[in-house]
Amino acid sequence: MSTVDLTPVEGVELAPEGRLVSLGRVRGMGVFLAVLAVTTLVAFGFGVPSGEHAIFLLSGPPALNVSPLTMSVRWVAVALAIGCAALAALLLLRRSARGSYLIFSLGVVLFLWAFLAWAARGAALNLLQMLVGTLVYATPLVYGSLSGIMCERSGVVNIAIEGQFLAGAFLGAMIGSASGNLWLGVLAGAVAGGLFGALLAFLALRYGADQIIVGVVIVAFCTGLTNFLTEQVLTPDQSTLNSPQTFSPLAIPLLSKIPILGPVLFDQNVFLYGAAILLVMVHVALFKTRWGLRVRAVGEHPRAAETVGIHVLSVRYRNVILGGVIAGIGGASFTIGSIGEFSAGMTAGLGYVALAAMIFGRWRPFGALGAAVLFGFALSLQSYLAVLNVGIPSPFLSMAPYVITIAVVSGLVGRVRPPAADGVPYSRD
Amino acid sequence: MKLELAGITKRFGALVANDHIDLTVEPGEIHCLLGENGAGKSTLMNVLFGLLHADEGEIRIDGEPVRFADPGDAVRRGIGMVHQHFMLVPVFSVAENVVLGFEPTRAAGFLDHRKARSDISRLSKEFGLEVDPDALVEHLPVGAQQRVEILKALIRDAKVLILDEPTAVLTPQEIEALFRIMRSLAAAGRSILFITHKLKEVLAVADRITVMRLGKVVGAADPSAIDEAELAAMMVGRSVELVVRKEPPKPGPVVLELRGVRIVDARGIAVVDGVDLEVRAGEILALAGVQGNGQTELAEAVCALRNPEAGTIRIDAIDLTRATPKAALRAGVANVPEDRQVDGLVLGMSIADNLVLDLFDRTPFARHGARDLARVAADGETKLAEFDIRAPSAREAVGNLSGGNQQKVVVARELSRPVKVLVASQPTRGLDVGSIEYVHRRIIEERDRGAAVLLVSSELDEVLALGDRIAVMYRGRVVGTVAPSAGRDRIGLMMAGIEPPDLPPPDGDQPPVTNLDLI
Amino acid sequence: MSATSPAEAPERPAAPPPAGAPAWRRFVRFVTEANVAMVTLLAVVGGLFVGAILIVVTTPATLHAWGELGSHPGRTFSVTFQTLGNAYGALFVGSVISPSALGHAISSGQGWTGVFTPISETLVSATPLILAGTGVALGFSTGVFNIGGQGQLIAGALAATYVGFGVHAPIGIHLPLVILAGAAGGAVAGFIPGILKARTGAHEVIVTIMLNYIFLYLLEYLLTTQPLQKPNQSNSISRSISSTGQLPHLFGSGLRVNLGLIVALAVAAGASWFMRRSTLGFQFKVIGANPAAGRTAGMDARRATILVLMISGALVGMAGMSTLAGTDFFLSTGYGGNTGFNAITVALLGRNRPLGVVLGSLLFAALSTGGRYMQASTGVPIDLTSVIQAVIVFMVATPALVREIFRLREAGAGKILLFTKGWGG
Repeated sequence: MSTVDLTPVEGVELAPEGRLVSLGRVRGMGVFLAVLAVTTLVAFGFGVPSGEHAIFLLSGPPALNVSPLTMSVRWVAVALAIGCAALAALLLLRRSARGSYLIFSLGVVLFLWAFLAWAARGAALNLLQMLVGTLVYATPLVYGSLSGIMCERSGVVNIAIEGQFLAGAFLGAMIGSASGNLWLGVLAGAVAGGLFGALLAFLALRYGADQIIVGVVIVAFCTGLTNFLTEQVLTPDQSTLNSPQTFSPLAIPLLSKIPILGPVLFDQNVFLYGAAILLVMVHVALFKTRWGLRVRAVGEHPRAAETVGIHVLSVRYRNVILGGVIAGIGGASFTIGSIGEFSAGMTAGLGYVALAAMIFGRWRPFGALGAAVLFGFALSLQSYLAVLNVGIPSPFLSMAPYVITIAVVSGLVGRVRPPAADGVPYSRD
Repeated sequence: MKLELAGITKRFGALVANDHIDLTVEPGEIHCLLGENGAGKSTLMNVLFGLLHADEGEIRIDGEPVRFADPGDAVRRGIGMVHQHFMLVPVFSVAENVVLGFEPTRAAGFLDHRKARSDISRLSKEFGLEVDPDALVEHLPVGAQQRVEILKALIRDAKVLILDEPTAVLTPQEIEALFRIMRSLAAAGRSILFITHKLKEVLAVADRITVMRLGKVVGAADPSAIDEAELAAMMVGRSVELVVRKEPPKPGPVVLELRGVRIVDARGIAVVDGVDLEVRAGEILALAGVQGNGQTELAEAVCALRNPEAGTIRIDAIDLTRATPKAALRAGVANVPEDRQVDGLVLGMSIADNLVLDLFDRTPFARHGARDLARVAADGETKLAEFDIRAPSAREAVGNLSGGNQQKVVVARELSRPVKVLVASQPTRGLDVGSIEYVHRRIIEERDRGAAVLLVSSELDEVLALGDRIAVMYRGRVVGTVAPSAGRDRIGLMMAGIEPPDLPPPDGDQPPVTNLDLI
Repeated sequence: MSATSPAEAPERPAAPPPAGAPAWRRFVRFVTEANVAMVTLLAVVGGLFVGAILIVVTTPATLHAWGELGSHPGRTFSVTFQTLGNAYGALFVGSVISPSALGHAISSGQGWTGVFTPISETLVSATPLILAGTGVALGFSTGVFNIGGQGQLIAGALAATYVGFGVHAPIGIHLPLVILAGAAGGAVAGFIPGILKARTGAHEVIVTIMLNYIFLYLLEYLLTTQPLQKPNQSNSISRSISSTGQLPHLFGSGLRVNLGLIVALAVAAGASWFMRRSTLGFQFKVIGANPAAGRTAGMDARRATILVLMISGALVGMAGMSTLAGTDFFLSTGYGGNTGFNAITVALLGRNRPLGVVLGSLLFAALSTGGRYMQASTGVPIDLTSVIQAVIVFMVATPALVREIFRLREAGAGKILLFTKGWGG
């Protein structure tokens, strides 16, 4: 392994210049928001006749109904453009980087709102269901990206998330169906993911095999295996082995009664709540505890960690297996968390999208959450195309998450810095 | 605490890196372990620190045999180590680095930052190790990073502190400060094991000296009863030529000219800012400075491996400011890069292939897009002899060669083209004495042949020995250009960014710079 | 690619037996050490073994038989061997030759086409694998991991289709144009990750995976629009290419093996020469092993990265062309299936050498053609063969594991392919 050269670049130690670096990125975000504001104003605002209206339906199936929201597309867009511009100005004038990402995300949300109003012009769009759909799609992505964060913060690239998803979805459905107990299904999904995490750890850490190759082959293996077992085992006995119940929404008292937000956030699947709890846990553990400090040290500079008595390989084994468990639970959400039965290849590459969400989120849980929600929105948008009037053929909208991912990894949203030892095998000599 | 190593032996395959080493460090003693690069010092220290396991022999603490499965064990038994390449996490704060693996926590494993900070401040004051606990390590200068490393050992209450080549990256003044810290630690009853290949430093600070050569202890000495020449002979195994022999330069016209060069790194920070330099044919301009003050980037810019944001770089009439590395090569720039294994060589490829890395697609090594492998092989064998590269054949992978022979491969390749400008960055880092002598001779020969030589070195002794003129860089700027006779202290101050213009010129009797200082 | 750390001394084989040693001793020595051939062979054995376990634990008859291990051990083993024999026998019959068909042909003098059909089908499946596998291998040896096979394959097939139905010319002109179009389409698809990696450092693994989906949707879109969609057709299928753009059969119309195989073998041979002898290939290898050293020596690492991905993409694109112009003649959604992905496993199995890729392609092609027959005749799903393939590649990628399982002595195959370097953000 190569030791990291700590040669400092002179000049960085000066605090004002040090801040300038991140302020540069803040300015970039400000400029980006300004562009969005102008786009909103021109394309969505004055690009439509002033009389056009859009209707946002806000009715969730079980929840209380809110009367539909009818609005003039042009004036809503103008208002949102002004809001977006104000946020852009706020970013451009800021003297500290703290909280910038929150302001930026808010601006993006305003833009998307204007976009939706424009796309739904002359029609009615069920906004509530769309938001719910966004979260449904985002949920496995959050699990997947948290799995990636667990592994990569300790220095192991986990490109096998897709495979762990499949394994978790399969075993979750099968055990959930056969036992009739969905919690056993969740447990089975976790075990399946954990096993493939362990396989990755074993081959990569014990034998020093290339982590990306092993990861890709794990995906191939899981794809083949779940396809085989579906044909050979599930299909002949579909009613017992592949007909699990699904978790029904669990309304949280009081909170679920909040208009709009309530049904979206607090009348949901246990998988969504689980993701939220896990998100906070991983964040706190990683950045506030001794465990997290050690994990990050191992991911940044394993040799330094070793010289202070931290067992690099143990940390990595533990994290990669835990990461597999998390991805496995996320996989189970595909089956027993939404549609029940397992079907071959049902994860459709979302494991890779989760990995991109992790990169987008700069290897931080809440950053990944933002990315996952954005991807989830793009995915759920496809279901409402019939209603929407965007003039884009549906295959192109289906491409959106993948195009965004490429834009993200190409650094269009600012260069990201992965853990320094990410993907680098560690050996003592 | 008394530390004893008895009969420590460590083998790597056929190579015996440590051959029955005996060493005793008494409490409160500064014990120097002296040996040239490759003598086996670092291996021994890694064994002592639990990073490697000895094949034979034992370690005793206060007479009791101990076994270290890993560094954690060594730390628990009171051994602390300051590594040559600092073991610090760049993106962590000073406090996080110091307490890593030894973290004060509150309930449920939450970090107790307040306690970490107060512990660090207390130790800082006690031993004069000034450092801001909240600064990010990657933003600190090298000297401060070293203080963090020492604090790391002290907070674990190390009784024996191993310092592995700690002075390589420091200015003379910082070295003095380090020695003061070492003495105060020793006075407080802690032992110091100081590993180095620099004779002056040994004689300045050691209470006792143990000399290693080729994996064996070849002698011990009392610093008051031995001089540099005797120590050198003991370390190298033969008497060493004391002076780098070099005629006065016969400078010709300016060949390399830099005007207002400003280089910005990936983070948008100016690492070189407004540098003007001229190097004439037939002279060596040595660029001195603590590593990380922009010398590396400047050398890379001359080779067009980086393009400056502003300013111009010219070689004769050719403007290389926006050139590609290939254009610089064709214009007559030869480049001996700082890190030969990263920038100079493809370790898995043969010597012969590495020798033609620059000319692989030109006659006689290729025709019409097809390589002439017979020619490449023949060329390899010729260069093996010409440049004294010790290898069984030119088919051998470069990665299997010693550091000195690897460097000779780089030198052979770069000097086999017509050279107008030779850029040599840290050309003798990590080499044995024989190879150092060889590389120096080659550099001086190139100068005498009429090349303009830009030597980048953070070793002050090398700068003084080879440079005809010395330019000192600090924070991306050239603080000043002086003659070698300006003297070690003045250049040392300049390396810290201080240019005392009214300093009286040093009196004539500067000691001559010797090869021994470079080892 | 991270430069090999100098501390990792190459594993040295134990002293070979003296030159005069008898042949059997040298043979014993060979089969007990972890050389490339043995590791690969044992990986295949391992793959078949895992496949066998899967069959046993998922087939009710064998499971039942194992339940009676205590009372009827003989029955347990006979049922197991019979089940496995049927499945793996079908794998062989479906991909190589059927002994009964051969016997029948010999005795009657008729039905020779049927005898050669399995091997012809295996060669047909091997053709795109050889092309795509060689393309991926070329990337690997330059430190570039091209997972974009599926997308490049679609791009190549798309371009070949347009030229195939849009151009009218005699076969001597048309066919070469179709082949070139396939290569060009793949090269364009390879250019995107190439330029992104060179300019922004975007990791090609993520970019190429994403491009796979993008090309899938692009194909889906184009198949619903003119001029690609077959006229007066509501299905998403393309027009067929004209006969002058099709790869001719090599052994008459009864066997589908076609000129594409010859093209693939020629490309593999060319790639082999390219990597060993050409200046560009040398440059690729240097950049793959240590881009910094290549740059210092005046090489343009960015250009090399872009070129490698383009050439790699071109070969994968030709794979798409070979199935289109050789056997399918029109496009449908999801064209190419898993070939792009299997190309990776083939490249790893062949250790990035074109000859190895050819042999690996034949093996994996045989597994998949045999797998189809196995599914039809014994009901064991063809997906079993993907599992077997994955296990083989796991083992090839970790020779040390194979060495430990089979207790081989150390030898040259200990060196592990490594090129991970994080995400290059």
